[in-house]
Amino acid sequence: MTEESKPKLKLAVYWGAACGGCCVSVLDVHEKLFDVVAAADLVFWPIALDIKYKDVEDMPDGHIDVTLFNGAVRNSENEHMAHLLRKKTKILVAYGSCSHLGGIPGLGNFTNRQEIFNRVYHESESTVNEEKAVPQTKFQVPEGELELPEFYNDVRTLDQVVNVDYFLPGCPPNTDRLVDVFMAIVTGAELPPPGSVVGAWDKSQCDDCTRKKTDQKVVKAFKRPWEIVDDGVTCFLEQGVICMGPATRGGCGFRCIEGNAPCKGCYGPPADAPDPGAKMMSAIATIIDSNDEKEIEEIVDGIVDPAGTFYRFSLPSSILRRKLIDVNEPTN
Amino acid sequence: MKRITIDPITRLEGHGKIEIFLSDDGEVDNVYFQVPELRGFEKFCEGRPVEELSQIVTKICGVCPGCHHMASGKAIDAVFGLEPPPTAKKIRELFYMAHFVHSHIAHFYALAAPDFVVGPTASPAERNVLGVIGKVGVEIGTEVLKQRRIAQEIQALLGGHQTHVVLNMPGGVRKGLNEEQRDQIEKQAKDFIEFSKFSLNVFGDVVLKNSDYVDLIVNGPYNLKIYSMGLVDENNKVNFYDGKVRMVDPEGNEHGKYGPNEYRDWVAERVEPWSYLKFPYLKKVGWKGFVEGKDSGVYHATPLSRLNASDGMATPLAQVEYDKMYETLGGKPVHATLAMHWARLVELLYSAERCLELIQDPDITGTELRAEPKEIVGEGVGIVEAQRGTLTHHYWTDKKGLVTKANIIVGTTNNNAPICMSLKKAAQGVIKKGVEVTEGTLNMVEMAFRAYDPCFSCATHSLPGKMPMILNIRDKDGNLEQSVRRD
Repeated sequence: MTEESKPKLKLAVYWGAACGGCCVSVLDVHEKLFDVVAAADLVFWPIALDIKYKDVEDMPDGHIDVTLFNGAVRNSENEHMAHLLRKKTKILVAYGSCSHLGGIPGLGNFTNRQEIFNRVYHESESTVNEEKAVPQTKFQVPEGELELPEFYNDVRTLDQVVNVDYFLPGCPPNTDRLVDVFMAIVTGAELPPPGSVVGAWDKSQCDDCTRKKTDQKVVKAFKRPWEIVDDGVTCFLEQGVICMGPATRGGCGFRCIEGNAPCKGCYGPPADAPDPGAKMMSAIATIIDSNDEKEIEEIVDGIVDPAGTFYRFSLPSSILRRKLIDVNEPTN
Repeated sequence: MKRITIDPITRLEGHGKIEIFLSDDGEVDNVYFQVPELRGFEKFCEGRPVEELSQIVTKICGVCPGCHHMASGKAIDAVFGLEPPPTAKKIRELFYMAHFVHSHIAHFYALAAPDFVVGPTASPAERNVLGVIGKVGVEIGTEVLKQRRIAQEIQALLGGHQTHVVLNMPGGVRKGLNEEQRDQIEKQAKDFIEFSKFSLNVFGDVVLKNSDYVDLIVNGPYNLKIYSMGLVDENNKVNFYDGKVRMVDPEGNEHGKYGPNEYRDWVAERVEPWSYLKFPYLKKVGWKGFVEGKDSGVYHATPLSRLNASDGMATPLAQVEYDKMYETLGGKPVHATLAMHWARLVELLYSAERCLELIQDPDITGTELRAEPKEIVGEGVGIVEAQRGTLTHHYWTDKKGLVTKANIIVGTTNNNAPICMSLKKAAQGVIKKGVEVTEGTLNMVEMAFRAYDPCFSCATHSLPGKMPMILNIRDKDGNLEQSVRRD
């Protein structure tokens, strides 16, 4: 088969509970857009193309070569689409933090459906809702019945719902990493075993970080970012500011570090340390300047919101999964 | 009762769907625009350290993260009782102008232009950005992508992360500019101005010199006589970063003007059981349903409403274009929904001119980047003008600065009721008894929605290729009556 007659790759991009940043990361190929379109036909991408769900349902199984699924599974529509796209796709990629780990919407697992509805539709200071209206999955209007997807109690990652072939981390993934993976698929390069993380390094951020480290026990107290004057050079952790670098895979391009902000962990845990919280606790232990147990405890207590910090992007995929819920609250 | 379902049509903070109900004789009876998604940021922001919110809330929208970052940054300043030093304020606004340039370029060329440059009822295979490039030339197409890239690169330079920016700190910014970077951005800002002028010329040549288009804008089914909202400076000129929110009634008379802390006196939100997205309205006028006019609290917050609610533009070239727009369309205020595209280009020119003003300001390379936090006041509101509407963030914290409550009214949310109403009017205007619903009909309905540039629509139609869409008309028992396919 000649190069010219080789069929173009059929590519789909879909989002569940997401912000659109993953789709923007695809658009950020900028002028290379024409090269991408020369190598692949986009067969489904709701943010960019007006192709309906029905069109996807009509496709034969395995019709799509690669689907980049971004966004978490927050409601019944996200779940339905995950199953549908799994069926229609040869290589299903969990693209970005939300589908990989739960992402920022995954912080919703610190609360639950009822609390979210109460806040948004009843307690919000700008909301006037004397009728106590709440969105309904089925609602009768004079002209007929309207439907909405069911909002679940829990946020789930893509691989908690369907089988995933590869994980491409990041919030959003670095566009260069996407192009690397895309080119590997287009050129028919040998792909890693299914279930692998692609487009990121195995090692942690710290391995290549440009900030200077002494590797000494230098921290007497943990500070909030605004409590220090960052010198722009020294490792954030050694300045006493929590940085998720030790518990995060490299590959992002040090975007936050370049902006003088500590890492928040969007690339997820490195291969050798699957739980970010456990990894951070051990990293923190190595920099605390004390041998006194009580003092160490006080220093660690100085970390505000540890769960929301260590599991900022990964709560649904972590060993915690969620905050304990009332048994009376229905779950999905 | 017959029913037309378009699912999904265009994305809005997630997923949007339109239900059109037809009476038995084929006239449009009612239209519902449903937003079937919610993520609950207000709730899960609780318990987080307030300074983290400026990075968490960017994840509300990856298309306009800079807007959430700025509104949040200002709310956080207020929680700490801080006023950023002049350099920090100007760096923030500079970043923000680059954010507007990138977004407005993407919307005009990738989304709006195909309907005008190629034509509202042209073959759908051509009615996309490739079709636009076919008409205007590859050289210009490449220039469009290049200018948007440069705007993204300026944001990355200032904010570290080109999508989920990390620029703001309580009371200031994390990073300053050096002379070399200043010179580079100055050159780029001058290019933005030339490119904006060019874009207005494209609009003039393609749209305004075509009497059919002018007729469609002025007399088509795309008119909504409602209140207008927009942020203005102390001279009532359009401003995106700072000032007060001004509202004018459908005749153009000032309804009121509020500072961030007073927003709850002026705006309220309504809940409808058939959508996850709330419906804001002007509180002092009240909710009277999905109706137009001075007695109805429905308002829009769009490029056009911002121009309507102001007394002009703060930069000279944009002011000339502002005057020209109102002169052509018969004076202020303008209620033609499609004029939002024109207003967006006037704003593009303003953003470019403001970019140059800020980069030429001697303060911009200053080294005082932050005011030092001394106390935690515990409550703060931040308002900016997002590309897609006035954006309000309101936070409460405990004494340690951990968030106890958050209330957010997002840009596009302001336009929830107007979008529903515009879609109904467009559908009523183009779907007629006894007349077959064609593919062109579909696009004419879509055009009503597109003008608002709801979140994520900046990316819509931005890729060349086929864009099939199916519209099914069913009878009340769900039997297929007519199926229209656009390939």
